[in-house]
Amino acid sequence: MTSTTLPAPAAVPATASAARAFAAKRRRTLLVGLVVFAGMAALPYLVRDVYLQNVLILTVMYAALSQSWNILGGYCGQISLGHALYFGLGAYFTSVLFVTYGVVPWGGMLAGGLASAGVALLLGWPCFRLAGHYFSIATIVIAEIGLLLVHNWDFVGGAMGIQWPFNPDSWWTLQFARDKVPYFHFALGLFVAVWFVTYLIEDSRWGYWWRAVKDDAQAAESLGVEVFRSKMAAAAVSAFFTAIGGGFYAAYVSYIDPESVMSFRFSLLFALPAVLGGIGTLWGALVGAAILIPLTEISRSYLGGTGSGLDLILYGLLVMLVALARPEGVLSLFKRTRTARNQEAAP
Amino acid sequence: MTEIILEAERVTLRFGGLVANADVSLAVRRGEILGLIGPNGAGKSTLFNLISGTYRPTSGRILLEGQDITGLPAPERCRRGIARTFQVPRSFDSMNVVENVIVGGFVRHPRAAEARAAALATLDVVGLAHRADAVAGELTPPEKRRLEVARALATEPRLLLLDEVLTGLTPSEAKAGVELIRRVAERGVTVIMVEHVMEVVMPLVDRAVVLHLGRVLAEGRPADVVRDEAVIAAYLGERRRAA
Repeated sequence: MTSTTLPAPAAVPATASAARAFAAKRRRTLLVGLVVFAGMAALPYLVRDVYLQNVLILTVMYAALSQSWNILGGYCGQISLGHALYFGLGAYFTSVLFVTYGVVPWGGMLAGGLASAGVALLLGWPCFRLAGHYFSIATIVIAEIGLLLVHNWDFVGGAMGIQWPFNPDSWWTLQFARDKVPYFHFALGLFVAVWFVTYLIEDSRWGYWWRAVKDDAQAAESLGVEVFRSKMAAAAVSAFFTAIGGGFYAAYVSYIDPESVMSFRFSLLFALPAVLGGIGTLWGALVGAAILIPLTEISRSYLGGTGSGLDLILYGLLVMLVALARPEGVLSLFKRTRTARNQEAAP
Repeated sequence: MTEIILEAERVTLRFGGLVANADVSLAVRRGEILGLIGPNGAGKSTLFNLISGTYRPTSGRILLEGQDITGLPAPERCRRGIARTFQVPRSFDSMNVVENVIVGGFVRHPRAAEARAAALATLDVVGLAHRADAVAGELTPPEKRRLEVARALATEPRLLLLDEVLTGLTPSEAKAGVELIRRVAERGVTVIMVEHVMEVVMPLVDRAVVLHLGRVLAEGRPADVVRDEAVIAAYLGERRRAA
């Protein structure tokens, strides 16, 4: 790098400048992230309506959960439709440890996250030998089995579920009855954490390996990529953060039962924002959640009683729209214009 | 010194009743360019898959620098110095060109910045540096072939398996491809190449092995091989008559 005294071959400055340009691009991404997150942190002070604040909290929470799903589904290409299992594990670990053993939710979330990562590795052992659709179907079935087990397990409340006790507002117990703003900031913190981990992974060996596995596993193997280990690592990281989201959700709603944290609907809700916004991208999950979750919540509150299936119809419509008009997600709209601009700028 | 870098010992691979490779024995000398030729279905790509670790032989052994690698998985063989390209280019299409090459770069450089630097340098060697930021899926077919070679080279192999990298190129593209392969060989990489285009391959390779119906039919200097009666009957004869 510093040996500029020697006449370097013509190629070296070009590669060095390409490396510098990439480093600059990475710094720009980080800066954009900081600005966006700072702006988001201020949102609940601008929106004082409690109902809208609830929509904001759910939007950011699903963005975080979808970004966690995205690590396995978007980057590594393993489409899981069973992430409700990890979400439920997080919710139940946090609730049982808090309600029965008095462990603060922070501890429960961490324990749930680690347990979920462990379960993901255990399930990955057989499941990652399945390819494509077979893998997705297996994840659905396993999550349903988990739901049934919890349903019939009295120690964790069975079908009755677990009610959190009422306590004074505190960051320690993550209970806030008066003001929902702290919940928003916790959810945002979780999203920022997952986003930042994804950002770091993007330019690491795992990040490149995962995308190689997604695009062509056989070609990846011939280039030294450990395909099976890549999938296992992605599944563990993805499950860890999904479970933390589950623990947060339990604290937020203060009451959980099997259906309210482990139903198939959640698995869909984790996959859809990333698919809608742009799968395997840093911002896709947030963009997708910002479109999908407000639509869902608003349609549910206006049409709530008439038919609970309506939000599912809405998801279906949105996915069809994206598949037809923008298969790479909403974010690709911006990407397209940027490439076009670059081409215009080039002589 | 004619040190043997790769040896196949009576390698056989059966798919059910079909024998894709039968009793193939082969010794590749360090530093040479070996041409692997033969008509369609002769078992050339199968042999590549056996050497690179995609398939395991039904019987027989494969030795790299004297060590038995028959049971090793593909990534481990890559770390030990075997790299390959695919007959139909298999680029990672969600990534750009330099990212494709970085995947190979991680074999020798665990840190991303170093892998990127190595990948950029490799792109320069194969003449794709100007396309570094292009999405891999948007490359032209000859560019995709170069990307395949760049990815393989980024793993810093000692043995490079090229599967029809010159097939389907225009004469000038093929000529540029030949020059690239010569440059790679001059860097001390042993090359085995599967090829159909005889007039391009024959001047390039030091030695040729002809496969036919899964067996080694002939082996020797290119000039001798093309005169071999059995080879002409199996492969070249029909082409000559047609031309």
